[in-house]
Amino acid sequence: MTSVAEPRKLTVSKALNEALDQALAGDPRVLLLGEDIADPGGGIAGVTGGLSTKHGRDRVLDTPISEAAIVGAAIGAAMEGQLPVAEIMIMDFIGIAVDQLVNVAAKARFTSAGRTPCPITIRTATFGGLGSGATHSQSLEAWFMHVPGLKVIMPSTPADAKGLLTAAIFDPDPCLFIETTVAYGMTGDVPAGDHRVEIGTADVKRAGNDVTIVTYGRAVFDSLQAAERLSGDGVDVEVLDLRSLVPLDLDAVLQSVGRTGRAVVAHYATEFAGPGAEVAAAISKELFGQLKAPVERVGARFRPIPALSMDRFVFPNADRIAAAVRTTLERT
Amino acid sequence: MTTTSSPPVDQQVARRLYTTMTLAAACDERLRKGILRGEFATVIWPSRGQEAIAAGFGAALRLDDRLVTTYRGLHDLIAKGVPLVEVMGEVIGRTVGASGGKGGTMHISCPDAGVMLTTGIVGAGVPVAVGLALAARRQQSDRVVAVSFGDGATNTGSFHEGMNLAATWQLPVIFICQNNRFAEMTPTAETMHIEQVADRALAYAMPGARVDGNDPEAVYGAVTEAAERGRAGGGPTFLECVTFRFEGHYVGDPQTYIPEQELAAAKAADPIPIYRQKLLDGGVLSEAELATVDEESSAHVEDALREVLAASAPDEAEIDVDFLVDLKGVPA
Repeated sequence: MTSVAEPRKLTVSKALNEALDQALAGDPRVLLLGEDIADPGGGIAGVTGGLSTKHGRDRVLDTPISEAAIVGAAIGAAMEGQLPVAEIMIMDFIGIAVDQLVNVAAKARFTSAGRTPCPITIRTATFGGLGSGATHSQSLEAWFMHVPGLKVIMPSTPADAKGLLTAAIFDPDPCLFIETTVAYGMTGDVPAGDHRVEIGTADVKRAGNDVTIVTYGRAVFDSLQAAERLSGDGVDVEVLDLRSLVPLDLDAVLQSVGRTGRAVVAHYATEFAGPGAEVAAAISKELFGQLKAPVERVGARFRPIPALSMDRFVFPNADRIAAAVRTTLERT
Repeated sequence: MTTTSSPPVDQQVARRLYTTMTLAAACDERLRKGILRGEFATVIWPSRGQEAIAAGFGAALRLDDRLVTTYRGLHDLIAKGVPLVEVMGEVIGRTVGASGGKGGTMHISCPDAGVMLTTGIVGAGVPVAVGLALAARRQQSDRVVAVSFGDGATNTGSFHEGMNLAATWQLPVIFICQNNRFAEMTPTAETMHIEQVADRALAYAMPGARVDGNDPEAVYGAVTEAAERGRAGGGPTFLECVTFRFEGHYVGDPQTYIPEQELAAAKAADPIPIYRQKLLDGGVLSEAELATVDEESSAHVEDALREVLAASAPDEAEIDVDFLVDLKGVPA
C-alpha cells in the first residue's frame, strides 16, 4: 500500500470519484465510458460527477444503453493500449455484456498467447436495499468468480474503494469492480494522494479471538454490526474483509480461522453455490481437525429478491449473521 | 443501397487479389484433406468459396489497419497478412501457431498484421471493433478497423449495439458482412425479413452497399472507398458482400439443407477460376504467370504445413503462461 499526504474523511462515492479523477489526470491512457456518466448527471449516484467537465468528453464518454457495446468498446480500446474504465450502471444489467466479459475479455491474453492483453476495468454497482426488486438488486459476483481470467473485486470502506479501484485501473488484466450503492454514503479516512491496495489481500476490519466472520462488500458493514452486538455478550468476533474474490486471500482466511477455530462466511450473493461455498470448502479441507464447529454460511436466500422492504426476507443482515456466529459457539 | 461498380485495378493489385484467393483456397483445401485422411486432428470452419471478399479487403487495407474476424476466417487472416505458418500452426495446435497453439482455429490474433481478434461467438467481434476504432481516434491515427462476420451475425444484439455506437461516434469502422446465404444450417432468407442485409445500414444512417462478394475487384473498390471515408473522418461503412459457402458449416457437413442444384450452380460460379479467366482474357496476367501463382500458392501451403508438423505441440506448463500476469491467490 502506497499513500502520501494526510487522510481525510470521505464518502465511498467521493473516494471512487477521487480515484477516477487522479487516474485520468495522471495517465492519458485512462478513459471512462458508460451510461449517464458525463456531467451534468455525473453518474446516477454521482460517482463520476465533475470528471467530464474537468477531463473532457473525449475521455469521459456517455454511451447509449448498450452494455455489450460498452464492454466491447472498452475491450477494443484496451487491446490498443488504452486503460478503459467502463461502467455498467447496475449489476443486474451485466447480463447483456456477459459474452464480452466471459468470452472476449477473460480469454484475450490466454488465447492470443499474450499478444492482445485486455487491461479493462468494469465498474458496476449492486442496487440491493433500494427496494427496486428482483432485477435491480442482485449480487452476481459468483458468476464471474467461476470464469478463469477475470479478477473480481468488491470493496467496503472508502479507503479500500479508492485503493482497489486505482489498483484495478492499472492492473494488466481485466478487473470487475463491484460497488455497493447503499454504501456510497459511508464515510471513512481516505489517503489524499496516489493510494493503491494490492488486489488479493484481505484485511482485518475488526480483530477478535472467538469466531471469524469472512465477508466482503456490503456484508462487511452488517458483520461489524453483528460483532458489536455480540461483544455485549462477551463474544470476541474477528471480521475479515476479503476485498477480492479472485484473487482470493485464503492464507489470511486460514490464518484467522486457524486461530479462532470457528468461521461464518457472509455475503449478499445467493448462499447456494455462492462465494461462501468456496471459502467454506477451503476452510473445511485445510483446517479439518482444528475446527471447533462446522463453517456457517449466511447469504441471500435462494429466491428472487422481492420488492421494497420485503427484500429483508431474502437478504442477510446483522441479526442473521449474529445468529450464525452463535450457532458456531453452540456446536462446541 | 446501391450495388457498387468496380473501377479497373492495376496489374499489381490484380496479381495480389488472385494470389490471395489461390493461397486461401489452397490452405483451406489442404487442411480439409489432412483432416479427412487423418493426417492431423483438428477442426476448421471452411471458407472455400468466399476468398474474393478477403482478397478484396486485404488489398484495400494497410498493414496497420485492424481486422476483427470470426472462426470462419482463415481466408481473412491470410488476406490481412498473417504468416501461413502462424495460421496453420494455430489450427493444428503447434508452438509455431499465432498463439503458440493455445488458441486454436477460433482464436487467432496477429497484431503484427493488424489482426486483433478472432471470435468464436457469432456477433461478438463487432463491439470490439468499435473500441479498436475509438483507440485509433484517441491515438490520432488514421488507421481504420475492418470487422468481418457472416449474415447470421447481423441478427445478434451485439451487432446492432456496435453498429449504433460506431455510427453515433462516427468511428472509422468498415463492417464487412460475408453473406454466404446460410447462418450455420439455416438459409438467410428464413432468418430476416429484409430484402438485403445491406438495408440494415439504413437504420443507423450509415453508408451501406451490397457488393458482389465473388468479384475481388468489386470488394477492393468498395473497401478502398470505405477506408478513405473512414480515414478522412467520415465515419463507418457497411458492406454486404454476397457470396456462397461451398463446404458447409464444418468439415464433413453433408449440407442436406442446400438443394443439390443450388450448390452445384454456386460451385460452377467459383470465383477463383472466373477471376483467373478474367485476368487472362483481359491480358492482365498471362497463362504462364497465372500458372506460376497457382503452383507457388500450393507450394507455400505445403512448405508451411511441413514446418508446422515438424514443430512440437505446447506442453502442460503452457496453461499457466499468459493466463493472468500475477497468479498469487489465483486457483491452480
